[in-house]
Amino acid sequence: MSPNPRLRFLSGNEACAEGALAAGCRFYAGYPITPSTEIAEILSLRLPQLGGKFIQMEDEIASIAAVIGASIGGLKAMTATSGPGFSLMQENIGFAAMAEIPCVIVDVQRTGPSTGLPTQPAQGDVMQARWGTHGDHPIIALAPSTVRECFDLTVRAFNLSERYRTPVIVLMDADVAHLREKVELPAPGTFEVVERLRPGVPPDWYAPYSESEGPVPPLATFGTGYRFHITGLFHDIHGFPTTRLDEINPAIERVFGKIEHHLADILQWEEFAMEGAEMAVVAYGSVARAALRAVKEARQQGLAAGLVKLLTLWPFPEMYIAQLAERCRLLVVPEMNLGQLVLEVERAACGRARVRRVNRADGAIITPAQILAALREE
Amino acid sequence: MERKVLADVERHYLRTIKKFPTVWCAGCGLGIIMGGIIRAIDSLALDNDEVAMISGIGCTGRMPVYLDFNTLHTTHGRALAFATGLKMARPDLKVIVVMGDGDALAIGGNHFIHACRRNIDITAIIVNNMTYGMTGGQYSPTTPQWDFATTAPYGNLEQPFDIAELARHAGASFVARTSAYHTTELPKLVAQGIAKRGFAVIEVISHCHTNYGKLNRKGGAVEMLQWQRDHVIPLSRYEKLSPEERAGKIPRGVLFEKEAPEYVSEYEKIIARAMAEAGREEA
Repeated sequence: MSPNPRLRFLSGNEACAEGALAAGCRFYAGYPITPSTEIAEILSLRLPQLGGKFIQMEDEIASIAAVIGASIGGLKAMTATSGPGFSLMQENIGFAAMAEIPCVIVDVQRTGPSTGLPTQPAQGDVMQARWGTHGDHPIIALAPSTVRECFDLTVRAFNLSERYRTPVIVLMDADVAHLREKVELPAPGTFEVVERLRPGVPPDWYAPYSESEGPVPPLATFGTGYRFHITGLFHDIHGFPTTRLDEINPAIERVFGKIEHHLADILQWEEFAMEGAEMAVVAYGSVARAALRAVKEARQQGLAAGLVKLLTLWPFPEMYIAQLAERCRLLVVPEMNLGQLVLEVERAACGRARVRRVNRADGAIITPAQILAALREE
Repeated sequence: MERKVLADVERHYLRTIKKFPTVWCAGCGLGIIMGGIIRAIDSLALDNDEVAMISGIGCTGRMPVYLDFNTLHTTHGRALAFATGLKMARPDLKVIVVMGDGDALAIGGNHFIHACRRNIDITAIIVNNMTYGMTGGQYSPTTPQWDFATTAPYGNLEQPFDIAELARHAGASFVARTSAYHTTELPKLVAQGIAKRGFAVIEVISHCHTNYGKLNRKGGAVEMLQWQRDHVIPLSRYEKLSPEERAGKIPRGVLFEKEAPEYVSEYEKIIARAMAEAGREEA
């Protein structure tokens, strides 16, 4: 019997690279940084085999710039980095949000601030993913907790970025990136791959920022006859700079609306042992693995505890957490930081449930015992 | 192709709706330079669709909005990095990057030397007015030493970059210089740069009479253009001067040219090799 070719023993970084290729990524620009470097190494080998292109840029600022440039040239494009590089990318992530250029940014989080602990995991970039670039902007961020999810959520990141013409961030962490698991990757054709909407109108009619065809305008590729202007300045429906309030305000409304009006498509979470649960652990990323173990042990000990694993961190699933706070008397939020996403949980719970934090930011992982202790402590 | 009259050329490449007047001060060199770039593109008989113009931030950064190409106005200093991604995705496009001296050499200095080093087929036009014009006259990496700027009230302590020397030694395959005054030379050099397969740098010495000129008593736009006429001299003439006579003179024309492998076409060879090897492994 021949072995199943889809059954692999992969690390999270390897699965992320596989996911990118499966989603149709054909351009990667990046700068070496631990613990994300394997993604670049794999894609430097694999992309040219598929006719795609890889470039190692001079820094992370240039990397995200080249990614946006390639996306304007019609390719699905990605970069991967870690905290220090993610900080450098922020200005151009804002450009991608403002100019509505699809791209995927993988941030394999390590302990910070600054150089911190380069080889140790963390979840310290949750708020940077949301607010790292200046000014108000919508953003999508996804957090995988297993190797399979590194594949799935990278595919999903490309799909969401193409569908909503927006940068999408995959918030991995050093743990899930370097963890190896047996994983069966889905066969091509068995999962969704989204392509950005291209203009159906003749070039003279094309307005790259008009909502006449819906909240997400089609995006023409440079060099295909649709000449238009792209800028980080506030712009009118043609892309030309404007300071007119009657052009700026509808633009802001549309750009936020394209995310806010599609939460059902964008938000993803999973529940474990939530039937009759009076307490819930709200976790994401590699910490959700420890949380699952803690919840299983809690159930064995007779505690009515369940797990909510968030796959979409931004936009935050506010309504869902509000409802969860109605159902449960206690929400435990373990994070490898000193309390970031818990601020959103507390805001959404709004006093309807107690919210208990479990934090560490010293490079060590949060154990099931720590989470279990938080569930037991009444 | 028969040459059209100037007005036709301009109409063909300028965006006519809503864009004019420009943001530039009356007398600015940027209008002259934009006209020169248009004439260079026309002389190569390029279609509007096959040209991409990319810029960063500053007065020069505003140029693409006026031109009817595929235009991209990026973040400060990063135009070449955006252009690198676009050129790799669309090797068929003629990619022209316009930058000021601060944009190209201060905040974008790292991207500039690495674009030179890669010898990627991009034409970089650097408008060197020796100051940050849009923010009001601060000293830039090309402000002459001891000249004044709003952030150098005691004179500029720093020595300036020589853009052409920097480009040449960083690996660019075509390096030229002219000035806003030399309106017939500019289109020729830009056309040569676009035609060159590799990284081409054209420095255009210009004037910011509003800020740099005023702070340094250089007169208005006319006087500063006259200064360019008298001091930016042909390379052939410059080379005949003694070292003492060269002081204060700046050579113009094609300063350096070489044949070297171009980045994107070399990468296409890697793709061909990788696809063949992958194909063999499959079989």
